[in-house]
Amino acid sequence: MDLDFNQEEQAFREEVRAFLRDKLPADMRQRAHLGDHSKIKEDITNWQKILNKQGWGAPAWPAEFGGTGWGKVEQFIFETECALADAPAQLAFGVKMVAPVIMRFGSPEQQQRILPRILAAEDWWCQGYSEPGSGSDLASLKTKAELDGDHYVVNGQKVWNTLGQFADWIFCLVRTDSSGKPQRGISFLLIDMKTPGISVRPTRLLDGGYEVNEIWFDNVRVPIANRIGDENAGWTYAKYLLGHERTNIAGIGVNQRELRRLKQMAAATERNGRPLIEDAVFATRIVQTELELKALEITNLRVIFAEERNHAPGPEASILKIRGTEIMQRITELQVEVLGARALIMESPNRDLGEDVPRATAAYLNQRKLTIFGGSNEIQRNIIAQMILQV
Amino acid sequence: MDFSINDEQQMLLDTTQRFLTSEYGFEQRHKLLESESGWSPAIWSQLADLGLLAVDIAEADGGIGAGPVGVMLVSQAIGHGLVLEPFLSSAIIATQAVTQIGSDAQRAQWLPSLASGESIAVLAHDEDKAGLDFSRIKTRATRSDAGWTISGGKSVVYHAPMANLYLVSARVDDGSLGLFAINADSAGVTRHALRTVDGQRAADLEFDNVLLDADARLGNDVSESLAAVTDAGIAALCAEAFGVLDRILKATIEYSRSRKQFGVPIGSFQALQHRMADMLIQFEQARSMMQLATARCRDADAQSRRAAISGAKVLIGQAARYVGQQAVQLHGGMGMTDELDVSHCFKRLLAFELRMGTTDEHLAICRSNLQAA
Repeated sequence: MDLDFNQEEQAFREEVRAFLRDKLPADMRQRAHLGDHSKIKEDITNWQKILNKQGWGAPAWPAEFGGTGWGKVEQFIFETECALADAPAQLAFGVKMVAPVIMRFGSPEQQQRILPRILAAEDWWCQGYSEPGSGSDLASLKTKAELDGDHYVVNGQKVWNTLGQFADWIFCLVRTDSSGKPQRGISFLLIDMKTPGISVRPTRLLDGGYEVNEIWFDNVRVPIANRIGDENAGWTYAKYLLGHERTNIAGIGVNQRELRRLKQMAAATERNGRPLIEDAVFATRIVQTELELKALEITNLRVIFAEERNHAPGPEASILKIRGTEIMQRITELQVEVLGARALIMESPNRDLGEDVPRATAAYLNQRKLTIFGGSNEIQRNIIAQMILQV
Repeated sequence: MDFSINDEQQMLLDTTQRFLTSEYGFEQRHKLLESESGWSPAIWSQLADLGLLAVDIAEADGGIGAGPVGVMLVSQAIGHGLVLEPFLSSAIIATQAVTQIGSDAQRAQWLPSLASGESIAVLAHDEDKAGLDFSRIKTRATRSDAGWTISGGKSVVYHAPMANLYLVSARVDDGSLGLFAINADSAGVTRHALRTVDGQRAADLEFDNVLLDADARLGNDVSESLAAVTDAGIAALCAEAFGVLDRILKATIEYSRSRKQFGVPIGSFQALQHRMADMLIQFEQARSMMQLATARCRDADAQSRRAAISGAKVLIGQAARYVGQQAVQLHGGMGMTDELDVSHCFKRLLAFELRMGTTDEHLAICRSNLQAA
């Protein structure tokens, strides 16, 4: 048993760090650091191109599709170092979500047409899963796709569509059969966002930002050739997708980065005549969070180690999701508390209030989403209970 | 990075588990709990025969030398078995004290009989008012013509009633912290036997001008080396607690599958399911911290070692509190009885939380290391 990275793994980490030092543009890094989303499309796109030029555009893909062929330990190190260096996050919907489904279930034609464009950041992908009446109960979805010649005609509404305002393509779960069990009548379609009949309406969130949308489909014609796999088998592909992206589900790197920032904020903030980090009550709460993050990091490494050896997956992914999101929310709470009443300032025209106002409060508000999306933490607990109880 | 255990380590774990499964069932243990002495010399010598008392003795000293991972695995099984015999006290902590602090002659004198089980030694270090701060140890050692004179008292020394050798920490005239070997039957030693909440036997010890030979001292100033010994002890104690957590969690899951109310297993109720999911999460985090403590418990760098040990004691202590309390709750009235595993595990977990530094004391140590990165 050895919890430390071995020499090869350490050398790889150094290589990633050197790459980030040399190739991550300073202005891009600064915007990520400040939570400045004003150039989010350019930053995500340009960073993907830089990664791709390095041959690192798809850390989790096998080499045959143009991926790195890295093992899970390398992927973990890469994700962690990128987060610690304030690199923009890769757009998950293409590289991490639809691509693994296409690699596993798509036709060779689909693979050749779509995957290189994801790698090169030529297509921006988004996800069409949730609907107004279908959240945790996703299989109840109603957006309908009816055959008409060699096309499907799609009608319905999708919600919580993240960054779809920039999207070239959307992967959608649609209902192609209503006769049997809900899960049996779902198909997985790839839809060009330029198709007539699609409208995108932004949903303003509690932090004032626009990152999610409603998408309406009004007689949208989609070629059958853009269906993944078999008709009515979409639920299987969706479940595969959910089970696939787990290496970074705990967000160890971003948690470490925000914890580091929290400690810096607490050290730089004076309260009652001394730095807040020296206040016993507040320092204890930081340390508690730090310990919980350390435990989660080791748990994450254990899961990676087991997965590399093809151990049957248990409830680990749900544990990582629950704890990773809870810890991140706790860190955002503590950052807000460092600022005290100054955290309440959301606008103060023509004054520079430092990099944490209103960033910290906006993050606190925005990160409430973490325990809701990707299978709410309550759903994750259901999953754990089903696995351990089998009642 | 490697989380696997090798074949020898696996065998060690299997051996311990197999023995305890066959010889240390609930009824067998219950008889010991109710007995006058509270432990079984026969079990103790069988543990010795299996080599388990030599697990933490280096091969050069005639032991197995299984290292921290071996200690972790055996300790898990010992905890899972709710073993009452002085494995942790004698085979780990006292053995580590002799190994790390004793001279060649002292190691040769004591380690063989500790390995064979003929001797039982305990570290008598904790004092009521000292906490984890070694500088507050009040027991005194005075140099005399013949050797040493020891006076003072030690508090809740686990397994002292069955030990024949005490390793006693004491403040020496020159300001150093000393460690002294005192035979249990020495003149001036008073032993107030105690029964602890987890069914184990302990004693408050008093030393009234106990006279020792000059060679009774182990090492010189042990301020640092004794901290290394207690840290190794805490790592093993954490592994014991993890073994208890494993047993109480499985018992709770099993109970909620079989116990029926309203015509269905109570495990089908979501309120209970989510509680058990949270218990499992804490259990898995406890496992990670146990592994961290094991990996770091022999670090020469005292600060990184202590950070890992204290961090593990905190999170496993919190897991012990949560999982223990919820296990009793989920067992309903049956959790209140003496008749099931759950209450015995619950009390052992309480003892874990409060022994060798409470959760808060270790949290304060972690806090003292906090600084902005």
